[in-house]
Amino acid sequence: MDWFLDAGTVGHKLALMVLAIVLFAAVMAVILFAVDRPKRIPQWVVVLGFLGPPLLLLAVGLVYPGIATFFGSFQSGNGSRFIGLDNYVTIFSEANFRLVLRNTVLWVLVAPVVATLIGLVYAVLVDRTRFENLAKALVFLPMAISMVGASIIWRFVYEFRPDQPGIAQIGLLNQLLVLVGGSPQQFLLTQPWNTFFLIVVMIWINAGFAMTILSAAIKAIPDDIIEAARLDGVAGLAMFRYVTVPSIRPALVVVLTTISIGALKTFDIVRTMTGGQFGTSIIANEFYTQAFRQQNQGLGAALAVLLFVLVTPIIVYNVRQLRLSEEVR
Amino acid sequence: MTTTTPPIITPGPVPQRKLTRAEKRAVDAKTKLSSPAASTIAIAIAILWTIPTLGLLVTSFRPELDIRRSGWWSFFSDPAITLENYNEVLYGSSTNISTALVNSLVITIPAVVIPLTLALLAAYAFAWIPFKGRNILFVAVFALQVVPIQVTLIPLLTLYVDTGLSGSFWAVWLSHAMFGLPLAIFLLHNFMKDIPASLIEAARMDGAGHVLIFFRVLLPLLTPAIAAFGVFQFLWVWNDLLVSLTFAGTGNISPLTVRIADLSGTRGTAWYLLSAGAFISMIVPLIVFLGLQRFFVRGLLSGGVKG
Repeated sequence: MDWFLDAGTVGHKLALMVLAIVLFAAVMAVILFAVDRPKRIPQWVVVLGFLGPPLLLLAVGLVYPGIATFFGSFQSGNGSRFIGLDNYVTIFSEANFRLVLRNTVLWVLVAPVVATLIGLVYAVLVDRTRFENLAKALVFLPMAISMVGASIIWRFVYEFRPDQPGIAQIGLLNQLLVLVGGSPQQFLLTQPWNTFFLIVVMIWINAGFAMTILSAAIKAIPDDIIEAARLDGVAGLAMFRYVTVPSIRPALVVVLTTISIGALKTFDIVRTMTGGQFGTSIIANEFYTQAFRQQNQGLGAALAVLLFVLVTPIIVYNVRQLRLSEEVR
Repeated sequence: MTTTTPPIITPGPVPQRKLTRAEKRAVDAKTKLSSPAASTIAIAIAILWTIPTLGLLVTSFRPELDIRRSGWWSFFSDPAITLENYNEVLYGSSTNISTALVNSLVITIPAVVIPLTLALLAAYAFAWIPFKGRNILFVAVFALQVVPIQVTLIPLLTLYVDTGLSGSFWAVWLSHAMFGLPLAIFLLHNFMKDIPASLIEAARMDGAGHVLIFFRVLLPLLTPAIAAFGVFQFLWVWNDLLVSLTFAGTGNISPLTVRIADLSGTRGTAWYLLSAGAFISMIVPLIVFLGLQRFFVRGLLSGGVKG
């Protein structure tokens, strides 16, 4: 049994990986083979063969834990006794948690709006130019890398060295600040601005997403609309404001809501850049800290439930708009 | 949904016609970016999006002492290149990222294959096997997308500890499979139901069972959808921090993201290690992403956004 659980060497790990895939394939093959006798086997057995394994995983991995977390949020730190709404009261009344809530609101409002705005402007500006593909790839690439990687990249931009003779700044932002005559700043430590410097990373990652979706929407605007507007003498900024933006409204809403969902659940950036210290924590990060560092699982569960409650309406709205934007096309 | 493919100008002989859409727009484009303000903004954004990465990339090749003494921009006036940082972060006794690179691979491959296969079967059943309660069940699976993974972590960890799976690859594989399923089923179902029913009917007439239909008729048509979800799940798993941190810990089986985040916390100013380490973690997803970009974009446009 140990062989299956404790993989130490590289060879062992790779062998375990191959075994897991083969085992999985074998089990699935047996199920499908058993089920695939048309007309001889009742329909429900066939359905069970196809749907049983995924539904079982979903039940164990999402449904049961969701319910357990909900009940756990009404219990004390180690889950030993029922304490009613105390965890929620703590979240909404204690100063440090209210800071967490305020930061979360900032993330959810600022990141989507700025990222969408930049993505939209950029999509319009590079649309059908000679360098369109290259220009898009440059902004798109941050989507491929991990938030941990992006955080390292930006921590280096914000790197601070004390303002003493003989010590050069190695962070780009502080170097620029020094060049224009300012003194170097501890961008990640100074409250409340440090939260905004973290949000910058989220914007940097998501502008490419916004650009991709919006660019596709812009290209899908029927030519006759643009033609008609042009005949009426609309051009330049007026065209952007009165023709382009209204035509892609559903796509805009989808982009905005999708990024707010991402911002609400951001954990990696906060964790890697500041660890949630210096007043930068947000709900998703505070959840991890409370549940797995402070061993205060009741409070962690309450934060998770709060996250769920905040995210659900945005997702519902997002899906509705997605349907709508599909119908429009 | 439309794709991002720009209209193609067909060079065919079409005399006495008006300009095609593409040609008209090409003419428009010339007038559009002629404004210097517009080009300036576009170039400024492109630079802002590139410089931070470039800075770290340059740094990863500079000698340790140089990195501490001067900014990466002085590389261009005083170039000195070394691979020592990569060597140190990969094999050095204190970091040894190379094991984490193996872990990332070992975690990612099954964590893509398993949910993909399960979701294909489920999507097939939802699209082409009629049964009672099918719609309700599908909506329920779809609705599970609203569950943030944070909500599941505490009970799942307890479950893994109780079954002895905690801290093993199995816990990480299973978790990624579970979390990937709702989106996978939804995406693949979207593609699957667009396949003409007549194809399936014809195969059924010939006496083919579900398995034969699935492998012979549907699978070849679904390659783009499979690639789209495959890229998504690959990037998501490879870049994930939360799931691995919770279930694999910072020990022997932790992937690159966990190890680098850890390095950033414990040796936050060791930029010669951080820069090289960060780029090692980025290479694989960048290759996958650039190679399969069009599938990724397609997946994005069909609503494939994992929350």
